[in-house]
Amino acid sequence: MMNIRKLGELYVSFFKIGGLTFGGGLAMLPMLQREIVTDRRWCTEEEILDMYAIGQCTPGIIAVNTATYVGYKQAGFIGGVFGTLGLVSPSILIICLVASILQNFIHMPVVIHALAGIRVIVCSLMLNTVFTMAKKGIVDKLGGVLFAGGFILACFTPVPTAMIIVLAGITGVIAKKFGRREDA
Amino acid sequence: MIYLTLAIEFFKIGLFSIGGGMATLPFLMDLTTRYDWYTASELANMVAISESTPGPVGINMATYAGYNAAGVPGAIVATLSLTAPALIIIVLIAKFLENFSENPTVKAVFYGIRPTVAALIGYAVWELLKIAIVYTTGGVTHVDYTSAVICLGAFLLLQVKQLKKLHPLVWIAAGAVIGILFKM
Repeated sequence: MMNIRKLGELYVSFFKIGGLTFGGGLAMLPMLQREIVTDRRWCTEEEILDMYAIGQCTPGIIAVNTATYVGYKQAGFIGGVFGTLGLVSPSILIICLVASILQNFIHMPVVIHALAGIRVIVCSLMLNTVFTMAKKGIVDKLGGVLFAGGFILACFTPVPTAMIIVLAGITGVIAKKFGRREDA
Repeated sequence: MIYLTLAIEFFKIGLFSIGGGMATLPFLMDLTTRYDWYTASELANMVAISESTPGPVGINMATYAGYNAAGVPGAIVATLSLTAPALIIIVLIAKFLENFSENPTVKAVFYGIRPTVAALIGYAVWELLKIAIVYTTGGVTHVDYTSAVICLGAFLLLQVKQLKKLHPLVWIAAGAVIGILFKM
């Protein structure tokens, strides 16, 4: 059947993309362009970039959103499922392998020291991510207030993380409505 | 049943983590306070390994968390549950909504959410920092100044344009070497 072949191709293509790129998101773009646009001709460059824009403003991992979208366009809902499954398969294989190997070495002093050093550097890397995201995300005073408010709520109150996200979205809508009236 | 709990928790994370893989971090940090699947310190190792292996970071972290909670089946359940909301939402968008990312309400919602996501990741980093830099020995809490200086130093180096482009893997490897050299 034609459809089964297509599903297989979707799985294999996204398996390659998942297994050969580090970091996801934008790091995945060049590989997506080659595999999906140039080799398979499943969508155009513009569609991929649109997908990234949508990925920025929908829940979920951007790479997964792209795999779902391309798969859906090619073979409907089940195509979306196969694209996503292909994308996550290498992660499941590699992470389970690394985790099970690490368990055997985790009590060695050299590994303990290495992991302690890594934890410190991970903090630096993550601080840098927060810094970059804050610079891009905070475009005005309200953004600064939301940043501070979100941090305080998360650190010092038991308000669930998901609730903070919802509150921020509502604040954004109210602020934009109010702001437009001010302009007029 | 642990698989059902994993499925519900990671479906929720998939639904509310917006703006890329690292947006899942505050939720994963949240889980450490409610379940004994992994500690906050293990989460720091998970971040490091997820950044140094192929595949989207958000998927790798979910796989690792699921593996720690309930082995290979746990890894599969957590990963698939994380991707499920995106699968549904992207298919709906592809089917019904033209120019989703240009919609004014969508834009307003994300105007509010973007700075907040940065703040939430900031909260998760704050928690990671406490583990990497603050030590409690015999009931006395003290700051490890070597770690603090290394963390700050690496963050400042990350602001240098040429060094910024280095793959996170390089930084993490450097962290391991520093950890071994300083017997951290």
